[in-house]
Amino acid sequence: MRTLKEIKCGETVLVKKLNGVGPVKRRIMDMGITKGIELYVRKVAPLGDPIEVTVRGYELSLRKADAEMIEVE
Amino acid sequence: MSIKIALAGNPNCGKTTLFNSLTGSNQFVGNWPGVTVEKKEGKLKGHKDVVIIDLPGIYSLSPYTLEEVVARNYLIGERPDAILNIIDGSNIERNLYLSTQLMELGIPVIMAVNMMDIVNKNGDKIHIDKLSKKLGCEVVEISALKGEGITEAAEKAVKLARNKTATPPVHEFATEVEAVLNSIEEKIGMQVLEEQKRFFAIKLLEKDEKITTQLKEVPNVSKEIAQIENEMDDDTESIITNERYIYISSIIKECYIKKSKGKATTSDKIDRIVTNRFLALPIFAAIMFLVYYVSITTVGTWATDWANDGVFGDGWKLFGLDVPSIPAVIESGLNAIGCADWLQGLILDGIVAGVGAVLGFVPQMLILFAFLAFLEACGYMARVAFIMDRIFRKFGLSGKSFIPMLIGSGCGVPGIMASRTIENDRDRKMTIMTTTFIPCSAKLPIIALIAGALFHGAWWVAPSAYFVGIAAIICSGIILKKTRLFQGDPAPFVMELPAYHMPTVENIARSMWERGYSFIKKAGTIILLSTIVVWFAQSFGFKDHGFGMVENMNDSILASLGNILAPIFTPLGWGDWKSAVAAITGLVAKENVVGTFGVLFGFGEVADNGSQIWGTLAGSMTAVAAYSFLVFNLLCAPCFAAMGAIKREMNNTKWFWIAIGYQTGLAYLVSLCVYQIGTLVTTGTFGIGTIVAFLLIIGFVYLLVKPNQPNQTAQVRKAASAK
Repeated sequence: MRTLKEIKCGETVLVKKLNGVGPVKRRIMDMGITKGIELYVRKVAPLGDPIEVTVRGYELSLRKADAEMIEVE
Repeated sequence: MSIKIALAGNPNCGKTTLFNSLTGSNQFVGNWPGVTVEKKEGKLKGHKDVVIIDLPGIYSLSPYTLEEVVARNYLIGERPDAILNIIDGSNIERNLYLSTQLMELGIPVIMAVNMMDIVNKNGDKIHIDKLSKKLGCEVVEISALKGEGITEAAEKAVKLARNKTATPPVHEFATEVEAVLNSIEEKIGMQVLEEQKRFFAIKLLEKDEKITTQLKEVPNVSKEIAQIENEMDDDTESIITNERYIYISSIIKECYIKKSKGKATTSDKIDRIVTNRFLALPIFAAIMFLVYYVSITTVGTWATDWANDGVFGDGWKLFGLDVPSIPAVIESGLNAIGCADWLQGLILDGIVAGVGAVLGFVPQMLILFAFLAFLEACGYMARVAFIMDRIFRKFGLSGKSFIPMLIGSGCGVPGIMASRTIENDRDRKMTIMTTTFIPCSAKLPIIALIAGALFHGAWWVAPSAYFVGIAAIICSGIILKKTRLFQGDPAPFVMELPAYHMPTVENIARSMWERGYSFIKKAGTIILLSTIVVWFAQSFGFKDHGFGMVENMNDSILASLGNILAPIFTPLGWGDWKSAVAAITGLVAKENVVGTFGVLFGFGEVADNGSQIWGTLAGSMTAVAAYSFLVFNLLCAPCFAAMGAIKREMNNTKWFWIAIGYQTGLAYLVSLCVYQIGTLVTTGTFGIGTIVAFLLIIGFVYLLVKPNQPNQTAQVRKAASAK
């Protein structure tokens, strides 16, 4: 099982499942990362964290620790 | 009866621009009760009876961020007559997510699709009429930047508000979800208005704890939750969110035609360079240098010098004409009316000099605020957080904390005010508390005095002062992060990186003025009062013939106070009253410390670095004590102007005192360790103080390395308070 954290720059993946609970998970969902949506990993910050993904036509940045909650395929 | 229209929308959707054009100069800026979230209200141009309320920019009505809670409490509790929902047309999918929630509130909603020019430029197409039909509410096209369609949108909102017909939510969830929502609505009963029921039912289903405080009787909905979670194999929060996005996708499919897929926009191209793996940091450094160079060293210094030395000093020149300074004008005015000496002293040396010293920072601050407003509005500030997050989050700070700290090395006042760009409440408070640890330019004379008098101008004294400041920030961040004050729900760093765009001059000017003005107001109240108190203490005292004004500070109340306070500072190595008095006058402005020593040692006027008194000072304390004095003055409560800024930005008396108390407490303990251990090393003296210092260091190291086990206790506490 791969999580968003392991995805390399330039790859496009589908969200399979969101793990975790509470505010962070809700926030991720509110921002449009829900089951079945396509994510394009655009870049990694110069210091290696956070990452930038394109979701629903806009740019979103999230930390790798939070990206680990997102299962993708 | 006045009509209230709320502006609601995502951050970066052009809400502020629209608000400014709709209300013009007729605005009132304040804070929402009890929180530091800004509240803006204004009267609609041409309508005396229509008030527009600018809600904070939010993505959702979830209970997790301060802005969201503020917005929804307003929408539920105050119930505006209509909601004008602004939607960024170039980012319509996520923007509609909030709209689906707004439409459940039972308040008339009208939608304004903004940034249509960008949509058209990209060759995309939005069918407004179809969108309106699908959503069941009126939808208009606007361009807030160009002012197109905004009057129309506002007029329609006013009409809608007068009709008082709530927009019926046309969005339906899946049948199973609707079934449980119906059953929850029945359980809520007559507690809330009919049209609000759906909103409450959805929130109860989402297990939203904050909503329960709005209800007299909280119905037990655990059966419904269990039922639906079982049926759909997910938690209710996820079910609702998923359903909303599925619904939005179905609308978008029919109303939004995206021509170009994968073609890079101008914004993409800029971003490719600005946040490039290798170029990002150099570009960041260059921009920061530019901001600092212009607002602190060049234009900022001219502006401050003009204000301090010209307007509040010896007068200045306008087109070759001599313009007298404000103190000179007031002095001649007071002389003309034959004002009493003590009153003249109060007005000139107390009020004008004190407040003038503070207002002198205003021109410099305005320049800085213009920069910050530009960086924020164009979209670069979000990238700053993106680039710097990795370093700063370790200390419980935000990537955006870098800017306040950089500015703070010039002057702490604009530095503290710059913290306003940090959205997260805890990160912002932490930044405000620690920014003034960085030596500002007014502390440089103190450093020069100590380095010159006791260390023969050694090269390492000044760098070590900066090192102490940075270490204080890092250690404070690590330690405070673990305390109860800064615990609670972890702040998610899930942040939009908005498309770059050119901000308008009007928006920048307005933002600059709003921030500057809020500081000027503080200068008129708390800062004014504080400077008068210190002036009084240093110019009045008991002499041979009773109480009165004293010529020499040696006879003043402040000197007596210094004598009382001196023993407190004995463990720090500088327990004579003169040092204590100097530290107190440093509260008016840090550079005063040097001047005060000059007066107390009987030298009168001294140079900036106090070179005349080096010898005397060297005779009155040891090198270790002097360094301890330096550390104390670097870390302790900043000047009144900066304290005013802290008060303004914390917007909370308790937090203000926590900040000042923490800074002064830390300063005391660090100075104590410096003196006691320094003395042990240099002279071999070992006493109770040394033991205390070692214990302090052990405790300090323990706090630094202690593992962070926050969330468990925080959760337990929350559960207990909920019961």
